[in-house]
Amino acid sequence: MSIAPEHAPTMETAGLWHRLEPYVPILLIPALVIVGFLAIPTSSSWLTLTVSGLAMGMMIFIMASGLTLVFGLMDVINFGHGAFVSVGAFVGITILLSLGGMTDAPSLVLNLSALLLAVFGAMLATAAMGWAFEKVIIQPVYGAHLKQILITMGGLIIVEQLILVAWGPDEIFLTRPETFKGAITFAGAAIEKYRLVAVGVGLVVFLAMRWVLRSTRIGLIVRAGVENGEMVEALGYRLRLVFVAVFIAGSALAGLGGVMWGLYQEVITAHMGASIMVLVFIVVIIGGLGSVEGCFIGALLVGLLQNYIAFLAPKFALISNIGLMVVILMWRPQGMVPVVKAK
Amino acid sequence: MPDPILRLEGVFTDIAQYHILQGVDLEVPAGQVTMLLGRNGVGKTTTLRTIMGLWRARAGAITFDGRDITALPTPAIARAGIGFVPEDMGIFHDLSVEENMMLAAVSGPIAGDRLEAIFSAFPPLKTFWNSEAGNLSGGQKQMLSIARVMAEERRLYLIDEPTKGLAPAIIATMARALKDLRAQGASILLVEQNFSVAKMLGDRCAVMDDGRIVWTGAMDELARDEALQERLMGLSMEAA
Repeated sequence: MSIAPEHAPTMETAGLWHRLEPYVPILLIPALVIVGFLAIPTSSSWLTLTVSGLAMGMMIFIMASGLTLVFGLMDVINFGHGAFVSVGAFVGITILLSLGGMTDAPSLVLNLSALLLAVFGAMLATAAMGWAFEKVIIQPVYGAHLKQILITMGGLIIVEQLILVAWGPDEIFLTRPETFKGAITFAGAAIEKYRLVAVGVGLVVFLAMRWVLRSTRIGLIVRAGVENGEMVEALGYRLRLVFVAVFIAGSALAGLGGVMWGLYQEVITAHMGASIMVLVFIVVIIGGLGSVEGCFIGALLVGLLQNYIAFLAPKFALISNIGLMVVILMWRPQGMVPVVKAK
Repeated sequence: MPDPILRLEGVFTDIAQYHILQGVDLEVPAGQVTMLLGRNGVGKTTTLRTIMGLWRARAGAITFDGRDITALPTPAIARAGIGFVPEDMGIFHDLSVEENMMLAAVSGPIAGDRLEAIFSAFPPLKTFWNSEAGNLSGGQKQMLSIARVMAEERRLYLIDEPTKGLAPAIIATMARALKDLRAQGASILLVEQNFSVAKMLGDRCAVMDDGRIVWTGAMDELARDEALQERLMGLSMEAA
C-alpha cells in the first residue's frame, strides 16, 4: 500500500497567453523580421539586411555565450572577455595570412582547411589564455564584484598592450579566403557568402551548446550550477573545476568569434575586443544572465535591429541597441529568459 | 548507545560579525535518528551547514566515521557519504524532476529498485517525472528534496526542517519516508520544529540554545517530560 496521500494530481488548463508567454522571447525574432519587411521599401534590401543582421547576431552570440555562463555559474563579472576576442582574431588572422597559398587558391577544400587551421589555432591560444587568466586574475577575486571589474579591465588593457607589442600599432587589413569572397544573388538580393557562413557557424555553435547543456551530464551540472552552485557542491560535484572548464571553453569561443568578426570586418585592431564588448554585454543582460538560449535570442535581436535601423534611420543606429536593452529590461528586469537563482 | 558516526567537538562558526556556533559538542550515533531541536535562531541550520562545509568552522573539529572533515571542501564531504537536504530544499527549479534525481546520483544511474521505492514513497514524483521542478507544489518540492537524497545510499543524512510549512497529509508522507529510511539502518541528523514528528522519528535528541548544545538524551525522555521541554525550548515548539 502506498504511504503517500491518496490524490490524483490535476492541472488546470492555462489560458492562451500563459501558454504562449514562455515563447514570447523567441517570437520576437520573427516579429522583428516581419516589422523589418513592412518598414523596408524593397524586399531585396530587406533580405540583404536580414541575412546581415543574422550573421552579426550569430557572431555576437559566439562571443557572448561563454561570458553568460561564466556570469551565471560563479557570479564572475569578466570585463576582460574582449581580450580573448582580440587575441583570437590576431592569432587566427596571422595563421590565415601565413597560409596565403591556400587562401588565394580558388578551392573550397584549401580555403576551408586554411580557415579551420586558423580557427583551431585561435581557439587553442585563447583557451590557454583563458586558463591562465582564470588562475591569475579571476581566482583571487571570487565573490568581490568591484575588484573583479577593476582587475579584469586591467587584464584587458594589459592584453591589448601586449598585442600592440607583438603585432605593432597598425590596423591589419585582410581579405577573406577566395571561396568566401563576393556574394550570391537570391530573389534579387545580393547576399555575401561569408555572412551565410557566419550564420551557419553560429547555428552549429548554438545547437552544439544546447546539446551539451541539455543532453550531457556536464551540461546538467552547469545548468544546475547556474541556478544553485552551493547545492551542486553539496551533492558532491566540484563546481570550481566545472567553472574553470566553462571559462576555458568560453574563452575559446570568444577566440572563434574574434576570427569570424575579423573576417567580417576585414580589419583587426588591438581594441576590437573592447569595442565589441558593448554589444556583448547588452546581449548577455537582455538575454538573462546565465541563459544560453536568452543570449542567442538577444544576439539575433541586436544584430537584426542594428541593421534595420542603420538602413531606415542611420542617426539612431548607435542608440538602437541601448534602446532595445531599456525596453526589454522594463518588460523583464531579469532578462528575456531569466535563470532562477537560489538565494 | 552505538558508536557515533559523526562527532562535533567545540565547533565555533562565525557568519560575518556574528558568532553563531559557540562551542557545539554533538555526537550522532550510527543507525539512529538524532533530532536537533531548539528555538528559532539558536544555530541548528548553521550546525548542518558547518558539517557540510558550506560555512567554515572557525575552531573545533568535525569527525565523520573517524575521519577529520573539518577543513574538507563541500564536494569531498558529500562524497564521503553525507547527504544534505537544506532548509530551502535546494531544488533546481529549471531542471525536470528526472534531471534533479539524475544529478543527485553522483556515482551513476539510480538503481531500478531504489527508484521504485522512491516512487512508492512519493507517487507524485512519478506523475511529474518530466515536469520542471519549479512547477511542483511546495509539498511535491519537499518530496523531491528528500527523494533526491535517497537516490544513492548515504552513510549519514542531514535534513533541515523537512516538514516546514507543509499540509498535515504531506507531513505524514514525509514522516513515513524518513521512518522507512531509519528502518533501513540509516544514520540521520534531523532538524525539526514539529515536535510530533520529532517524537515519532527520533531515537536521540540534542537541544540547542545560544549556539551550544544544552541537553542531550533519549527522545523518549524529553517527550515524557513536559517541564523539561518548556525549560529547554519554550513555546516555539508545536504542541504534541
